[in-house]
Amino acid sequence: MTGTGLASAASRNGHRDSEVADPRGGASGSLVGRLARAVASQVQQRIPRADLDERDPDYIREKLPLMWLAASIYFRGEVRGLGNIPESGPVLLVGNHSGGNLTPDTTIFTLAFSTFFGVERRFYQLAHNLVLAMPTLGALRKFGTVAASPENARRALETGAALLVYPGGDHEVHRPSWERNRVDFAGRKGFIRLALEQDVPIVPVASIGGQETALFLTRGEQLAQLLRVDRLFRLKVLPISLALPWGINVGDMLGHIPLPAKITIETLPAINLRKEFGPDPEVQEVYDHVIRLMQDTVDALAAERRFPVLG
Amino acid sequence: MRVSGSTQVAAPVDHVWSVVSDPGRALSYMSGVTRWEVEGEQRTGLGARYRVLFRIGAAEVGGLIEVVEWDEGRELAWTSVLGIDQRGRWRVRELSGGRSQVELRMAYGVAGAGLFGWLAERVAAPTMSAHLRRSLRALKRLIEHEQLRERAAARRAARTA
Repeated sequence: MTGTGLASAASRNGHRDSEVADPRGGASGSLVGRLARAVASQVQQRIPRADLDERDPDYIREKLPLMWLAASIYFRGEVRGLGNIPESGPVLLVGNHSGGNLTPDTTIFTLAFSTFFGVERRFYQLAHNLVLAMPTLGALRKFGTVAASPENARRALETGAALLVYPGGDHEVHRPSWERNRVDFAGRKGFIRLALEQDVPIVPVASIGGQETALFLTRGEQLAQLLRVDRLFRLKVLPISLALPWGINVGDMLGHIPLPAKITIETLPAINLRKEFGPDPEVQEVYDHVIRLMQDTVDALAAERRFPVLG
Repeated sequence: MRVSGSTQVAAPVDHVWSVVSDPGRALSYMSGVTRWEVEGEQRTGLGARYRVLFRIGAAEVGGLIEVVEWDEGRELAWTSVLGIDQRGRWRVRELSGGRSQVELRMAYGVAGAGLFGWLAERVAAPTMSAHLRRSLRALKRLIEHEQLRERAAARRAARTA
């Protein structure tokens, strides 16, 4: 699952539909241009309207054994510090994101959260529109995954839910594997404004291992611009990786078979912004603080690892 | 999936019962348990509720349990209210010579989880069995050491009297 920054708005769900029909999309008259816009339009139509009610605790409960098997056996997952999450009430969980379009850290954290607090506790995750539009990934909505937008985030927190966001989104999740231990939110600070607006604590969730599930070579930002997928699909990247079973994998649209890298996740103590930064916190200061905490934690987790993939 | 085990403890039934029925002591001998907290006002007895978590594989698994059988000094059983399906039972029986027989049974699973539920139960079984065996061994050691300390204290008291 690829999360995305709050700054990037969803197209439906009360957001910009105009991008699809953007006449500046280039090659407007060409066959390729028309075809691309038609595909984009189809994709946009597939994106479901956000409905928080689609989360289905019974469904999640029945899927826990499968998730547990994958997390425990394949990824040897380890989740620490869940006791740092407030026992009740809305909370903004902020994670660093890894693994391309298939992100084991999200699956493992969702499992751990659901078993620790019970599936009865409302828990939503923001994800990129395209993730929710993929035919095989529609079931994610039953897990509480909704299209990333400030509006959806606000609505989720207003219900008293825990909300997991990945500010780094597609930028971070497709970073090259040699930057695997780097927390990179690309300067996206929407999550801090959201936490301030909703007056909810931020709980950083640091993870490691996801970027070892394939050999990620480049985000392909220039390729994305060249092929105009940034305008058509709101994709700023068109990543290139070496991944199973494709070999060279461009775009990662069909996903890949992740290598069984050991995934370790550590949840840090909650940050109550106004308590720690005063009544009117400076967004940049909070951002730097969150990044520093998470990077320190990822560095410590990296120091524990002896081998790539094996952990 | 059900796992069970038993052990003999060199201590009277009352002592064993006082330990296994006290939720505040569970963390000191229950292997793999990360949380055993009283929920609500009632600490023990029929209807007492606890939030219990076991670390198994990648997750801390458990939920809210409720004591559904309470035979003072002999037997207590619980079942899950929230979380994964689970049942558990402590049976304490008197043996000759001031010794006790202690049995712990646990059953767990996720109803409706199909093939993967069946598989997960079996994959988790060795871990659960190991936790259960370690718990019984730790319980036996804990109680017998307390007995030793009590007897030593009694001897010291007799000498100084």
